[in-house]
Amino acid sequence: MNIRLEALLKDRILVIDGAMGTMIQQYKLTEKDYRGTRFANHAYDIQGNNEILVFTQPHIIEAIHLAYLEAGADILETNTFGATKIAQADYHLESLAYEMNLEAAKIARKAADEFNLKTPEKPRFVAGAIGPTNKTASLSPDVNNPGFRGVSFDELKEAYYEQAKGLMDGGCDALIVETIFDTLNAKAALFAIEELFEEVGDRLPVMISGTITDASGRTLSGQTVGAFWASINHIPILSVGLNCALGATEMRPYLQELSDIADCYISAYPNAGLPNEFGEYDQGASEMQQYIKEFASSGFVNTILLPLVVWNLWLFAPKQIS
Amino acid sequence: MEGGAQIIDINMDEGLLDSEQAMVEFLNLVMSEPDIAKLPIMIDSSKFSVIEAGLKCVQGKCIVNSISLKEGEEAFLKQAKLVRRYGAAAVVMAFDEVGQADTVERKVSICKRAYDLLIQKVGFIPEDIIFDPNIFAVATGIEEHNDYAIHFIEATRQIKKLCPGAKVSGGVSNISFSFRGNEVVREAMHTAFLYHAVRAGMDMGIVNAGMMDIYSNIEPDLLEKVEDVLFNRRADATERLTDLAVSLRGDAGKSIQKDLSWRNQSVNERLKYALVKGITDYIDEDVEEARTQVAEPLSVIEGPLMDGMNYVGDLFGEGKMFLPQVVKSARVMKKAVAWLTPYIEANKNENSRAKGKILLATVKGDVHDIGKNIVGVVLGCNDYDIVDLGVMVPADKILQRAKEEKVDVIGLSGLITPSLDEMVHLASEMQRLGFTIPLLIGGATTSRTHTAVKIEPKYKGSVVHVLDASRAVGVVSNLLSEQGDVSSNFILDVRAENNRIREQRVGREQVKQFLPIADARKNKWTMDWATYTPPVPDKIGIQEKIPFPLEELVPYIDWTPFFSSWELAGKYPDILTDAVVGEEATKLFVEANAMLKKIVDEKWLEARAVWGIFPANQGTEDDIIIYADEERTTEKMRLQCLRQQLKKAPGQPNRSLSDFIAPVGKPDFIGSFAVSAGFNIEKMDTYFLENLDDYQSILLKALADRLAEALAEKLHEWVRMDTWAYAKDENHSTVDLLKENFQGIRPAPGYPACPDHTEKDKLWELLEVEKRTGIILTESFAMYPAASVSGWYFSNPASTYFGVGQISKDQVENYAERKNMSLEVIERWLSPNLNYNN
Repeated sequence: MNIRLEALLKDRILVIDGAMGTMIQQYKLTEKDYRGTRFANHAYDIQGNNEILVFTQPHIIEAIHLAYLEAGADILETNTFGATKIAQADYHLESLAYEMNLEAAKIARKAADEFNLKTPEKPRFVAGAIGPTNKTASLSPDVNNPGFRGVSFDELKEAYYEQAKGLMDGGCDALIVETIFDTLNAKAALFAIEELFEEVGDRLPVMISGTITDASGRTLSGQTVGAFWASINHIPILSVGLNCALGATEMRPYLQELSDIADCYISAYPNAGLPNEFGEYDQGASEMQQYIKEFASSGFVNTILLPLVVWNLWLFAPKQIS
Repeated sequence: MEGGAQIIDINMDEGLLDSEQAMVEFLNLVMSEPDIAKLPIMIDSSKFSVIEAGLKCVQGKCIVNSISLKEGEEAFLKQAKLVRRYGAAAVVMAFDEVGQADTVERKVSICKRAYDLLIQKVGFIPEDIIFDPNIFAVATGIEEHNDYAIHFIEATRQIKKLCPGAKVSGGVSNISFSFRGNEVVREAMHTAFLYHAVRAGMDMGIVNAGMMDIYSNIEPDLLEKVEDVLFNRRADATERLTDLAVSLRGDAGKSIQKDLSWRNQSVNERLKYALVKGITDYIDEDVEEARTQVAEPLSVIEGPLMDGMNYVGDLFGEGKMFLPQVVKSARVMKKAVAWLTPYIEANKNENSRAKGKILLATVKGDVHDIGKNIVGVVLGCNDYDIVDLGVMVPADKILQRAKEEKVDVIGLSGLITPSLDEMVHLASEMQRLGFTIPLLIGGATTSRTHTAVKIEPKYKGSVVHVLDASRAVGVVSNLLSEQGDVSSNFILDVRAENNRIREQRVGREQVKQFLPIADARKNKWTMDWATYTPPVPDKIGIQEKIPFPLEELVPYIDWTPFFSSWELAGKYPDILTDAVVGEEATKLFVEANAMLKKIVDEKWLEARAVWGIFPANQGTEDDIIIYADEERTTEKMRLQCLRQQLKKAPGQPNRSLSDFIAPVGKPDFIGSFAVSAGFNIEKMDTYFLENLDDYQSILLKALADRLAEALAEKLHEWVRMDTWAYAKDENHSTVDLLKENFQGIRPAPGYPACPDHTEKDKLWELLEVEKRTGIILTESFAMYPAASVSGWYFSNPASTYFGVGQISKDQVENYAERKNMSLEVIERWLSPNLNYNN
């Protein structure tokens, strides 16, 4: 376990970097940029495969990490949200999954270490991002056959194992299983992580973040916040929280509920509201800032995402756990 | 799931099945069915590979059934580690390398060994361990078996002590295996065994819920013999129970000291007798006998059972039977129908049409259902199909189900005032969605006037207010016999009556005179504050007592409202000797006290209380200022009170609760409280409902309500004598308490002196009610558990209860401003009090 990360959470709210996807968007990369030289002759289009950029545009990924660190982020997330062989199969790049995670971890590690040298009094951490994949183990993709499943627990477990191993080998300080919309996927990830830890003989702190998809307060696979917590708390967890899908106002009651039942630290990653019909976010940075301030002062949040503007979040007391 | 299971055990171990594949396929299907998927799944197999395949299919937390030390420590640890990694809990059998444990020592030592291994080596949390220390059959004729029940119970006691946090379960029906075929004895054995095992710490059991009785309902002679066997109390225990079992199976249980002469009559007469007397003991066998005598099982319902129920209905209508008895009759009917249902299903035909289908629901935001359940039972006995959607049901769900089920009538119930608006809303939704079926309105705050003035104008179909359960059958049968015929007499009468009420109300409004709020405030109640010193509390701030000992509440119970909840009119204790209802009231009273004793002794319910006294002063505009500190430098919150506006006779003030608090400059205080006696009620209630026993369920809820009121009374006394301590020497009899012969009042938000339910929010904040007690407010500000009471304390010797009554728009506008709420919203909450149409 990374003692420093946990010790720091006792003292103040830590800030995690913001969205990777929107930052990459600003570079307006073309198919050619995505391919670079290494994949110039790949038989399939790969534009939009952000995870491939750790090979083809590593300086961009590094620059985004540095920008967030500059803005005050305590924790960086690796650019590996979709870096499992299941998600990469869409681009016929599944064989690169391990290497992709390894590279991504190394880039984030380098950026964090650079800042750790400059300002050792403010330690920076790297969290290896483990996304949900694009398949669900609890839901049938075939409406006529509710018993059918597009992916099995074992397939997920294998993919997550490979991803977690790449992240751990690349030097991550923690792992974060995020955007969980199907808890069975998450359980496969946790299973794989435990297997990996046992094999390596060492552990990393594990952070978990679920997704409430709509105002009914349930995950896509139908669980309430309480059921979600009961389903994932069987391994040692550093923090649990909610991310994406809901705006800050809608998210608050569920986060409060989670904080009341969970005996670990709490993370909040509100989205900038729900996207409008053009897929854009109406909630501006200043509005977002207001919400985040509210969360931070609620007394039940320990880590929070970084918006485009930073201020002194450690003015507020984080949730204490015994 | 619909039968009330709390966990679903799934087992696919069958020789001809590919168990692994069957488990996966079945679980995948179950997981895509939201109604089933909400229950925890117990994955049951003797093959661990099947269990593991199952664990890979379920996103929620599962229970594995089971693992054990049967194949040694290594295999056990390996399986346990996997179970943990899949995030499941586990049933652990008391089974080791040597075999299944039968003695106390072996059961306990195996469980302790497994516990230590699971906690220390696998990292299990104790709550995820469920021990099954093996229940074996007793009274088998083999002497070594005679102590099996004792062994299990004693082992349970020791395991719970040695393995803190772990749970104990077991297969209960094993115990009575030797009495297969004799349901009476088996049921008594299960009931008595569970009663003792649960007391020793057993947490759950596998048992046919339909084969369970209530401990105290077991015939004393039978109970004695059953317990002789369970506890191995005498050498001839097995023989004696076997003898009794034989006689119980026959016609006349000779050894039971009861008048059983009715058992000699014809089967139809026996069924009628059982229905009228509410006796379930022989109903299965009698119904079975009746069934074998007719061609169609349905004829048993249409023939003897309906004859019996019609007779019950007649007696009830004539006032010769009373509600508690009718509810018991309904229990018999339900059990009889339950016995016949499989046969009816088997030769289903279309003749099974009931008189009509009635949907019942307590509306959104409201949790009270005693009255609704009674109406359901009464209609059910009169051969109507009841679709009961329960409590807190949103309008869209009610209407959707009404369409799906093609119901003939919708009946709405509610107890708190916000429910009235929900009913209005539902009526307009029915209109919008093109419904034409009749709408019935019932419940304590509903009234003919409200129904006529607010609800009926929203809906073109028939809208009828039903005063109490006994009228429900008459109303429904009139409505349905004249269905679709808007010119029918009954419907015309109802409409004419509603019209008359509306006109009368318009007429009355013109007569009443209201003061502008400024004038009403000038005519407020006041006293010579200069010569008055408000009492200073001994303790300031929040206090709590959780749990509150139930036994202390019993003497404070006010029984009169208890009887009226059963529609038995009269004051306690006179009602017990009343010429008309006395006998029935006495019977009910005895049964209520028997249950009350169990509630207290066996802790069926938990009571909780939080209260506090805070520095306060009268603010401007009928506000009460509550301060955060005794120096009164910081305001904590302001309560907004309402004032009477109806023009009063000379010398009579226009009251507001704020009048009773001293103005700024003179230190005064206000108190508040929230209590509940309804925690854990679901457990026994579910048990009763699973046993088709509405009578006990309604009795339990009515008693919980009484205990909550008793707690409010008791706490108020405690506050007067101790916390606030202005009446240290107060010494009252209960009668004085019930007559309110003491100083100070405890008005509740939502009731006449402070009719605005939304003020409860402040009470909840002030006392941290939800955090401290777990009593929650619904969206309509009803309290949950339903058996809860909350309110404010005023110490002023001149404080009295009063009703704010009707108020004018000027006050409502001012009130909305003070509360910083929109006029529209506050008008909705206060709608029963508005003297104008909003």
